[in-house]
Amino acid sequence: MRLIRSVADWFGARLQIGASVRSALVHPVPKETASWFYVFGSAALTVFVLQIVTGILLAILYVPSAGEAWNSLQRLNRDVELGWFIRALHGWGSNFMVAIVLVHMVQVFMFGAYKFPRELTWIVGVVLLLVTLGMAFTGQVLRFDQDAYWGLGIGASIASRVPLAGPWLVSLLLGGPIIAGATLTRFFALHVFVIPGLLIGFVAVHLLLVLKLGINEWPMPGRLVRRETYVEEYHELTKTDGMPFMPGAVWKDLFFSGVVVLAIAVVAAIFGPFGPGGEPNPTIIQTAPRPDFFFLWLYAVLSLLPPGLETPALLIGPVVAIGLLFALPFVSGEGEKSWKRRPVAVVMVLLVIVAFGALTRLSVHAPWSPVMNAWSSQPIPAAYVRGRTALERQGALVFQVKQCHNCHALGEAGGRRGPALDAVAVRLTEDQLVRQVIQGGGNMPAYGKNLSPDQTTALVAFLETLYPAGQPPARDASRQVALDGGDASSTRRP
Amino acid sequence: MKIDVGRRTFLVKLGVAFNALVGAVLAVPAVRYALSPVSRERRPGYESWVSLGPVEQFPVGETRFATYRNPVVNPWDGETATIACWVRHVSAETFQVFAVNCAHLGCPVRWFPQSGLFMCPCHGGAYYEDGSRASGPPERGLFEYSYAIDSGRLMIKAGQLPTPGDLAATDRDEPSCA
Repeated sequence: MRLIRSVADWFGARLQIGASVRSALVHPVPKETASWFYVFGSAALTVFVLQIVTGILLAILYVPSAGEAWNSLQRLNRDVELGWFIRALHGWGSNFMVAIVLVHMVQVFMFGAYKFPRELTWIVGVVLLLVTLGMAFTGQVLRFDQDAYWGLGIGASIASRVPLAGPWLVSLLLGGPIIAGATLTRFFALHVFVIPGLLIGFVAVHLLLVLKLGINEWPMPGRLVRRETYVEEYHELTKTDGMPFMPGAVWKDLFFSGVVVLAIAVVAAIFGPFGPGGEPNPTIIQTAPRPDFFFLWLYAVLSLLPPGLETPALLIGPVVAIGLLFALPFVSGEGEKSWKRRPVAVVMVLLVIVAFGALTRLSVHAPWSPVMNAWSSQPIPAAYVRGRTALERQGALVFQVKQCHNCHALGEAGGRRGPALDAVAVRLTEDQLVRQVIQGGGNMPAYGKNLSPDQTTALVAFLETLYPAGQPPARDASRQVALDGGDASSTRRP
Repeated sequence: MKIDVGRRTFLVKLGVAFNALVGAVLAVPAVRYALSPVSRERRPGYESWVSLGPVEQFPVGETRFATYRNPVVNPWDGETATIACWVRHVSAETFQVFAVNCAHLGCPVRWFPQSGLFMCPCHGGAYYEDGSRASGPPERGLFEYSYAIDSGRLMIKAGQLPTPGDLAATDRDEPSCA
């Protein structure tokens, strides 16, 4: 014991930081901040440390070469003792880190912690969110599988749409003319050196600001923030109703961080590492690339935006969103902190969560993607062809062979790019069906060139049978009149 | 001891300026190095003529899958430098060579001869057999390579990932010769 003390004194006499560390640890904080709501920031930091450690462990074996990266990940997964577990920790750690950073941000927003004098803390926090997302994206690239390869292509396509500088940005992003070795090495440099460096720097500033400005007090409805009086009031509060940061508020942070890391380890052990998926070989085109979880919403946005709006939304949207986040503490830097008296803030958060959640959920199902093998692997349900005429059955065959099933579902099977056709005959008359098939339109290709008249007749005859019991098929009354010469009233449905 | 503040402050400023100058001089090669992919693209360019093999490989009236090795490669590029394309042999000397990359966001399109469509698995873009847009989010048809026939071999001018914002990739309507 005496030895430890003397060693500590030896270092203390030279470093001379003991006093400032001690004062930082015991600085008074408002009592209510020792709350389970205030543990997310420290948990994010803990997961970041886990990411650094597991990242270094992976870098020992990972080969950042387009020809070998995928193989080295396979080797890590299969041949290196517990390589799969370290990869799983790093992959799940990444997901947890993004999630915790987002939860932290929502908490800070709801508690009004971004208001005076903590504007800069918020802005640095927004930068930390962007940098964390940058880590997540570049990390997905280093997994260098099919998803990573085509994901880079998507990134390049988006970058190319920047006016004037587009093609140069693509070359800079890819490090050359195509997605290849030079692309992977620059994303390696970004993921391993540049972005972690930024992350460490901004985390340091973020923490310094928290120490200098104090932890946000528990928001009380009616206790308004005023620039002139806030700092004084805050210090008064820490004096009258405060306690030292250590150990008062720290033990909850420690427990939560431990639980989070344990949760990552358990999830990693149960679900294992992410991929790598298929080999990054651009000649294997039998693939349907998907982004990682936290970018799925973007996948939905890119599918659902009208084509003309896409480029402006992609290039202006992020600037506006980040600008709004930066502007927030200046727009509402004073006033009410409690979420109980900020209904607009609550609605905004709910709206954002619902919007991102809905887009993410849609992306999991991706109804806009054709099911590329539905025509050859998902048969038409037997009920749809039972008791049909030869012509109608021939039409069902045309439906399969011409890949209609890739975009149109029948009895829950098949694509959902276009509408399900289980009741199409109720909506469209025979003539309308012929027109739609031959000319397309409404986001459907025209099949006129690729269907013979016989095939069209058969296909439409089959489609005409698709109406549920109790709902009569659509009929063209005027046609009846023209053919029979009878009066229109006789063609009215019973 | 008398300290000549004015002189020392001046020397400090001079020192800062000197270091700024050295930094600026060093920044020139550093920035040029960092921008080398762009300058390479602007000067010699990345594209050149590559062979897709004998013309007989591509029957008239059909659309076939073909691959080529990218003309600019690093030894460590592995399979990523082998690029795929779709070759449509329209008639005797007339071809269309399409990039596999969807004109929307670059995912690989697949050819379905039965329905005469290229379909994209990502966001649902579809194209007719001549590469023109059929439906979905793409704002234009498939990217086309310039082609030529040289001693019975089908040559295309290739070497760069086609992207929607790249004007070079959109102005390939006229076939040219090697």
